[in-house]
Amino acid sequence: MAEFPEELHYLESHEWARVEEDGSVTVGISDHAQDELGDVVFVELPEIDSEVIAKQEAGVVESVKAASDIYAPVSGSVIAINDKLEEAPEIVNDSPYDDGWFFKILPTDLDELKGLLSAADYKESCEDDAH
Amino acid sequence: MPFVPHTETDERVMLDAIGVSSIEALFDEIPAELRNGQLLETPSGLSEMSMLRLMSERASQDVIGLSFLGAGAYDHHVPSAVWDLASRGEFLTAYTPYQAEASQGTLQLIYEFQTMMCRLTAMDVSNASVYDGATAMAEAILMAVRANKKSKSKRLLCAGNIHPHYLEACRSIVCNQNIEFEVIPYRDDSGTLDLEYLETRRGEDFAAIVVGYPNFFGGLEEVDQLTDWAHEEGMLVVGVVNPMALGLLGPPGEWGEQGADIVVGEAQPFGIPMASGGPYLGYMCCRKTIVRQMPGRIIGRTLDLDGREGFALTLQAREQHIRRAKATSNICTNQGLLVTAASIYLSLLGDRGIYAVASRCHTNTVALLDKLTQIPGVKLRFNGPVFHEAVVQLPTSAKTILQKVAEEDILGGYDLGLVDEGLSDCMLCCATETKTDEDLSMLASALSRAVGGHSADI
Repeated sequence: MAEFPEELHYLESHEWARVEEDGSVTVGISDHAQDELGDVVFVELPEIDSEVIAKQEAGVVESVKAASDIYAPVSGSVIAINDKLEEAPEIVNDSPYDDGWFFKILPTDLDELKGLLSAADYKESCEDDAH
Repeated sequence: MPFVPHTETDERVMLDAIGVSSIEALFDEIPAELRNGQLLETPSGLSEMSMLRLMSERASQDVIGLSFLGAGAYDHHVPSAVWDLASRGEFLTAYTPYQAEASQGTLQLIYEFQTMMCRLTAMDVSNASVYDGATAMAEAILMAVRANKKSKSKRLLCAGNIHPHYLEACRSIVCNQNIEFEVIPYRDDSGTLDLEYLETRRGEDFAAIVVGYPNFFGGLEEVDQLTDWAHEEGMLVVGVVNPMALGLLGPPGEWGEQGADIVVGEAQPFGIPMASGGPYLGYMCCRKTIVRQMPGRIIGRTLDLDGREGFALTLQAREQHIRRAKATSNICTNQGLLVTAASIYLSLLGDRGIYAVASRCHTNTVALLDKLTQIPGVKLRFNGPVFHEAVVQLPTSAKTILQKVAEEDILGGYDLGLVDEGLSDCMLCCATETKTDEDLSMLASALSRAVGGHSADI
């Protein structure tokens, strides 16, 4: 059974966003998403210092089955990327919410998070997809 | 697998089954402005008898004779075994089956083709081929723009002495993607790219530089300097390379300090006859770091559950049947039959064979140029080294002189006036390994006679 941590914000396109103490937003893909994708074989991350726009493409995650876009949950500039995924993309499968994070954004407007789904709403949307 | 077209009845039954009135209605979702109109220039069908008659009439217009034509398609000897083997039923059905892994033999053959192309070019990866050299160059341009993450522009520098048909095909293919070409001029004395001009473009943002090797005029660029310059400027280096030339010349994977990033070209010289412009065979290689931006199919070697070696389609996730509009290319197929022929050709010749063919092409061409330039008024248009092709300048219009030579059943060269008015007194001549000393002398004496009538102009 997939996990849906309460403290995170979610996109219907299966990304999660976590607000860190320093005000930055960490982004990854959900446990449900990694499970649906199967073995992740490649992750394409944005460049550090590049600007991303909420709900627009910021990267690509590729499994043996599919290559899917990663959407930014909020607008801002990319301040860190998880280099480890380049060499070991399977971390996304093993630890989607911790070691398998994708990138961190310094958001221009944290209020954009209000438009995202709660854990309960996201869980419901995943269950709807399954039917 | 039978390939029998549907009858009208078949179509009606299928349309009724899905509840659609006509085939046309299936395309309704494509906006009208994006659709081509009627193909007015396309004639209606012919019966087999009329078609054969028409085609034999057209074929009889060809001069069947000694050919010194090159300009992108080359007259090499094709060992009989190549097409005897490639025409076997097991190979002749060119298409990769939909469950590709069921055809291990096809996949192994493609894998071996990829391996041989990587060895020739000294690149990390080859795909299973694309349509032809020109589309390979277009795919390389699209790939370079995707792969060069540091460049924010969709501009690139393209050699002004690349095959003009390739440039035209590339413009057609990429024109809707806002990609801009800036053409690098070539030097009037050498026909090779002007490195001084490049210095004036330092500091600008270009995604890639595209260089022909040999260039359209048969000349050899200073690829080491070009590659290092482009890498210093943050560009990717795309080589459009005649793979036969690599029998003699250093491979693009070793150009400059780091080597080229993408290498493409026309593999027709490997066992594929010259045939009215095609079908030919595009090849495409790249360095491993950018393989995920490479279009087309790639066959990988792997182990099955029981630990036995097998072959599988790999990196499919970016092809259009999975990634739809965001695929790396709208083409996800390969030239199966021609890959088969090229692989057999390369296997038969081996590295020493390719070296021998390339060397003979070069020495024949040098010998030909030596003979031709002894004719009064005939000289080399450019200085500098060539592989197996060069531009010969004539005392008057190349078109007129080539017509006279053709009256002796000799195709003396390619009239460069067809692609550049400034070169209308020039022809591009190629002597492959198929030419004997007598052949070279025949062209020299025919040209001498053809030019003779104009000796007053010299």
